[in-house]
Amino acid sequence: MAHLDDETRRKALATVALYPERRSALIPLCHLAQAQDGWLTPEAMEDIAELVGVTPAEVRGTATFYDMLHTEPVGRYVVAVCTNIACMLSGAYETLEHAEERLGVHVGQTTEDGMFTLEDAECLAGCDKAPCIQVNHRFFGPVDPPALDRLVDDLASGALDEVVPPHGVLCRVERTVGLEAAGAAGVPAAEEAP
Amino acid sequence: MITDAAPIVTARVGHDDSHTLEGYLATGGYEGLRRALELGRDQVRAEVDAASLLGRGGAGFPAGRKWSMLGRADVTYLVVNGDESEPATFKDHLLVERDPHQVIEGATIAAYALGVAQAFVFCRGEFALGLERLTAAVNEAYAHGALGRSIFGSDFSLDLVIHPGAGAYICGEETALLESLEGKRGFPRIKPPYFPAAIGLYGAPTVVNNVETVSNLPWIVRHGGAAFAALGTGSSTGTRLFALSGHVRRPGWYELEMSKVTFRDLIFDPSLGGGLAEGRSLKAFIPGGVSAPWFGPEQLDLGLDQEAVGKAGSMLGSGSVVVMDDSTCVLRAAWRITRFFHRESCGQCTPCREGGGWLEKILRRLEEGGGREEDLDLLMDACDNIAPGVSWPPQQTTICVLGPSIPSSIASAVRMFRDELLLHVKEGGCPLRGAR
Ligand SMILES: Cc1cc2nc3c(=O)[nH]c(=O)nc-3n(C[C@H](O)[C@H](O)[C@H](O)COP(=O)(O)O)c2cc1C
Ligand code: SF4
Ligand code: FES
Repeated sequence: MAHLDDETRRKALATVALYPERRSALIPLCHLAQAQDGWLTPEAMEDIAELVGVTPAEVRGTATFYDMLHTEPVGRYVVAVCTNIACMLSGAYETLEHAEERLGVHVGQTTEDGMFTLEDAECLAGCDKAPCIQVNHRFFGPVDPPALDRLVDDLASGALDEVVPPHGVLCRVERTVGLEAAGAAGVPAAEEAP
Repeated sequence: MITDAAPIVTARVGHDDSHTLEGYLATGGYEGLRRALELGRDQVRAEVDAASLLGRGGAGFPAGRKWSMLGRADVTYLVVNGDESEPATFKDHLLVERDPHQVIEGATIAAYALGVAQAFVFCRGEFALGLERLTAAVNEAYAHGALGRSIFGSDFSLDLVIHPGAGAYICGEETALLESLEGKRGFPRIKPPYFPAAIGLYGAPTVVNNVETVSNLPWIVRHGGAAFAALGTGSSTGTRLFALSGHVRRPGWYELEMSKVTFRDLIFDPSLGGGLAEGRSLKAFIPGGVSAPWFGPEQLDLGLDQEAVGKAGSMLGSGSVVVMDDSTCVLRAAWRITRFFHRESCGQCTPCREGGGWLEKILRRLEEGGGREEDLDLLMDACDNIAPGVSWPPQQTTICVLGPSIPSSIASAVRMFRDELLLHVKEGGCPLRGAR
């Protein structure tokens, strides 16, 4: 289970074709795998490795460098509370503490029902709406403790399903065009597998 | 409004459909690109030179000069830097979400001037909506003939790929960004020899420009470099998108003519920041992203001008201004900024990796009441190990400038608020706890 399914594989191949070298597609493919499973399963990393021409260990080693890529399961909703300077000045730590109480987990943990993972995030570039929160990379703010309660209620009830897809789904718009110019200009095609 | 200069990069942002092709075309979209194709490559470069457009990514390097450094050498790739992760910076976020076609048109004009056939927009991974809007806009642009083969019937062809990041501040640094775009961990490369212009993406000459930098290009081509240079003063030309946050009534982005507005205007003018909350006074502000040394009320009358801010000992950097009022614990602010750098250090260089962690611990100890008077000297010593002399601009002993940016906020807190820091020691904790 959790290998890339046909649909994900189709998207992955189209993505690989956009780059002069296959390895460049490694991170975009990790996002596609997370869109499928919510996190990066070992089987998906094997498939990605084969698609971009590296070892599974290299995929894992690269993925673990990046905060958005999860090599362990996470909740359906990853709630990232920014506590960086602008948000801190606007009460972000109060929001974060309240989130810990409300969800009954500490930062980095997932609720028992698998619904929520709580993160203490760095600046999300939403500082004009401080304290700012992202749920699965969708923005909310300003979020004080009462607003956090409402947000959690809405997520749990499904009221925000349209706005916030399950964790891992990043870009819901698919590129519909391949390369037209680069090949013509003599940019080398994807390298052969080693 | 404090200046009457018309906005350049945010002209469309007020429209609901600013991100669609229809909305874009109705407001002059892609006319800059059409004009560029008429003018020809050399003339486009001449206009950008005449505009003396400075890079908006933080370092403020002239775009025209960056392009011509490549001389006649074959530039192979253009990469637009949309990784925006400098704390308190949120201008590129706005531009990719609200005017993605402008980013694409700007990138296409740059690619035309440089003669490249493939360009990438590296978009911060956390910008899910930005990625969706950029991707939709790319699809529309190909269909419209503004991307792809024989753009608008000319002999110029370009492919543009939107590349998502995956959450790492360091990937904003241009060589780390290229590593990441090659599918690797974001480790900055050693310069020299790895200047992108010489050895860039896949080892080929590459130009890296910021999202806001390229977003200015359609306007520059349509109105001429001279019209752009007529705005602002000296080397700070055009407008700039400032991100204002922290303790102001009206946090947000403001596109302002360069140099014409002071920090006092930005923070206090009713049409801009609107001042502080009732009864509060200004303690300090950060003039250009958290890598920048802080200013106090004495510097309020400085203009938002790259040169002037540099001379006063800090930088305009990423154009983000953070306001701290008198309820702020400056020690806690310095700690939080240091924690950020420590968390985001890529770990290649010892002073950055170890120094950042050490500094964070000392600051936390002071904030929690376990500090000693000597800790202040210890902080400055550790800063000195990362950036000898703790001067501005910092001396660099590391592969990139993330490390040498760590001392900025700490040295600011120690130098400007020594007594307040010592009070933490005397009172065994934060004297401002509960001020808000
Ligand atoms: C640690 C670090 C982080 C950076 N982050 C960004 C960023 O998020 N966006 C950006 O455009 N430039 C960033 N830069 C600057 C880039 O290295 C590069 O100078 C810039 O993208 C060039 O574009 P410009 O000339 O148009 O400004 C960063 C630099 C450093 C050292
Ligand atoms: S200074 Fe820090 S972030 Fe930059 S290369 Fe060295 S360890 Fe990495
Ligand atoms: S500091 Fe929180 S979003 Fe920028």
